[in-house]
Amino acid sequence: MAIVELPENVRITSLDRLVAWCRSYSLWPMPYATACCGIELMATGASRTDISRFGAEVFRFSPRQCDLMLVAGRVVMKMMPVLQRIWQQMYEPKWCVAMGACASTGGVFDTYSVVQGIDRFIPVDVYVPGCPPRPEQLIQSLVDLQQKIQAEDTIFGREFDAPSRQRAKRPLQE
Amino acid sequence: MTEPQTIHALKGAYGDLAFSEYRGQTRVVVPLALIHDVLETLKERLGFDLLVDITCVDYLRYRGAQDRFGMVYLLANVETNERITARTFVNDPEPTVPSMVDLWAGADWLEREVWDLFGIRFSGHPDLRRIVLPDGFEAHPLRKDYPLQGRGERHNLPVIRRAEG
Ligand code: SF4
Repeated sequence: MAIVELPENVRITSLDRLVAWCRSYSLWPMPYATACCGIELMATGASRTDISRFGAEVFRFSPRQCDLMLVAGRVVMKMMPVLQRIWQQMYEPKWCVAMGACASTGGVFDTYSVVQGIDRFIPVDVYVPGCPPRPEQLIQSLVDLQQKIQAEDTIFGREFDAPSRQRAKRPLQE
Repeated sequence: MTEPQTIHALKGAYGDLAFSEYRGQTRVVVPLALIHDVLETLKERLGFDLLVDITCVDYLRYRGAQDRFGMVYLLANVETNERITARTFVNDPEPTVPSMVDLWAGADWLEREVWDLFGIRFSGHPDLRRIVLPDGFEAHPLRKDYPLQGRGERHNLPVIRRAEG
């Protein structure tokens, strides 16, 4: 087989990689801000840190237009069905970031009503530590998510067939 | 601050109500049977037309406490700027106090909140449902015998996995 010299500006890749590359730079976040972390989320969108440099500035308040759910703040048991419903209203492909100690673990709010980590009830891709996380940390989580999308995202969602994705998540019981 | 004539008028009408004063706030402890009467007098005759808040305290295992629940009514007179706190005590089982919705329509949601969190019933309340917690909740979590971390309510929710959307 002859080796063909590629002209300049031509790359060969798989369609999966190309689509994942496109998806990763056009995330539309859904701000699910329930508490103080939401303020830092707003700061991340403001001009000083400017999340649009990473292609994720199109905050939409309808889940049907979004593909990235940013859960910023604690979620109580009464709110969890709402969160799940919003998550289900988002179209695939979609991702979820748990922003802050509260969304990731319940934080200091170890009380009867606060869900101890949203990952017990909905899938989470990236966790951001901090109380609240600085905008830089949130942007780092976005960059991490972009890397994750580019590494494993496929057009038809074949990455979900991986054995590591088959483990059933169960809520922890006390 | 409550004017002396208000205290005088209440004492004249009801005899030996226990008044006390703490940092310029006047409190009156009223027997349960009289609480509706006293609040009606305060509102209709003495001008305490604003119901600021209704809340409750659980005195379980409290030092020196004789009764389980203390109901607290905060009233204000918007003409004279007077304020007064009326209190009454109720006990298990089925602690019940008369509803104040007939005096102040705003008592509706306040009493629903007390019912929700403390489990105090309000006789005569038009619509005594939970207001803060979800309808399926069984306990009254601000009672002192309810564990801080709950009885598993926060874990007892459906789980959504990737495959399910
Ligand atoms: S992690 Fe901290 S800043 Fe964020 S919602 Fe919780 S308490 Fe607020």
